[in-house]
Amino acid sequence: MKSIRDLLAEHPVFGSLDSSLLELMSGCGRNEHFDSGAQILREGADADHFYLLRSGRVALEVAIPHRGIIVIETLGPSEILGVSWPFPPYRWAFDAKAIEPTSAISIDAACLRRKCEEDPVLGYQVFSRFAQLMRDRLQATRLQLLDVYGSHAG
Amino acid sequence: MPADPSFLNGQAPMVPIAYRVEWRRQDLPDTVTLGIAPVEAPLATPTPGQFMMVWAFGVGEVPLSVSGIGEDGRLEHTVRNVGAVTAALSRARPGEIVGVRGPYGAGWDLDRATGRDLLIVAGGLGLAPLRPAMLEALAERHRFGRMALLVGARDPQSLLYTEELEQWRGRFDIEVEVTVDAAPPSWRGDVGVVTKLLGRAPVDYAGATAIVCGPEVMMRFVAIGLTDAGVPPHEIWLSMERNMRCGIGHCGHCQLGPEFICKDGPVLSWTRMEKPMMVRER
Repeated sequence: MKSIRDLLAEHPVFGSLDSSLLELMSGCGRNEHFDSGAQILREGADADHFYLLRSGRVALEVAIPHRGIIVIETLGPSEILGVSWPFPPYRWAFDAKAIEPTSAISIDAACLRRKCEEDPVLGYQVFSRFAQLMRDRLQATRLQLLDVYGSHAG
Repeated sequence: MPADPSFLNGQAPMVPIAYRVEWRRQDLPDTVTLGIAPVEAPLATPTPGQFMMVWAFGVGEVPLSVSGIGEDGRLEHTVRNVGAVTAALSRARPGEIVGVRGPYGAGWDLDRATGRDLLIVAGGLGLAPLRPAMLEALAERHRFGRMALLVGARDPQSLLYTEELEQWRGRFDIEVEVTVDAAPPSWRGDVGVVTKLLGRAPVDYAGATAIVCGPEVMMRFVAIGLTDAGVPPHEIWLSMERNMRCGIGHCGHCQLGPEFICKDGPVLSWTRMEKPMMVRER
């Protein structure tokens, strides 16, 4: 059975971390499995973990009055669920639900924040990866906002 | 301007030929597909990616990509109701006559993709002009390496050709990924922009040819994403949409930079389109 460190080393986002940093980070991680339909994140709840998805699929959802629940993004293997954990007040902005049986490495956010404070090299490596992730998501969100497929697109 | 008239295929380029509407299918609330057949001799058979100029008599003429190529000159056109002419065409019922001239322009060159992986990327109604290329590639599947179809749409209700998408998804020799910008929880597919699918397709990006059709801004982001993923710029082919009028490069309405989209395109490589597409237009 693979260790958390081995699984982290295989992940496209964190696999390139130095061995010692992988070791440090893996101390905050554990394997977790969610059945289809399981609620993983709840809007407004403590952002106390984030997840490196290994298999399955997760829907990010928002409940809109009079419109019901809207899925705003789906995430799959190799993607990261949860980007609110590094920033105060450490609360989730959206709901997240497993729409397939999903396996993930769950990272204890408080543990990793503390290690990042103590080791600036780890902090830089982790936060630069999250900055890239958030840039990609911001660009994708802007593209979604353009509503390029609307009838005005011709 | 070209001196060689061979691209006209010997036909009078501005004279529409009568075609009869054989069937009409309501694809989306604002979009129909018309199956038409020549009343007499057919026009030359279009290649995938070419377009026709289609008349609604008494109303006007619009360029329409070909979404299906049948036998005996039969054609399929998928029409979104966005103006007077497309509204009239959308209302056409079986038995009615429309005028057609063409085919015009350069289509998808699938021959140059032979032996390579083939990536087909469609956004919204962009699946319509890609459909004949998709069908041709599937009919001659052995010619290509790995194949993937990536489709983006506004929401699940805006997806074209859903039955065919399901059939293609059931094949083992092509990867089909569909994503929408937003969806209710009952949607079992992906949610997110189509560019997100690019890294996921199981193809060798450096050895792939990509054919792309959709709104221009979507194609721009897709082309950038494809080059980032390793697809050579000259192997990225986009179907451009401009204000085609004459269809033969005379009137200049569709000029974009040095290209006449109706004659040099509508399918053009990212190598040729990158600079013109980066120019800001009003």
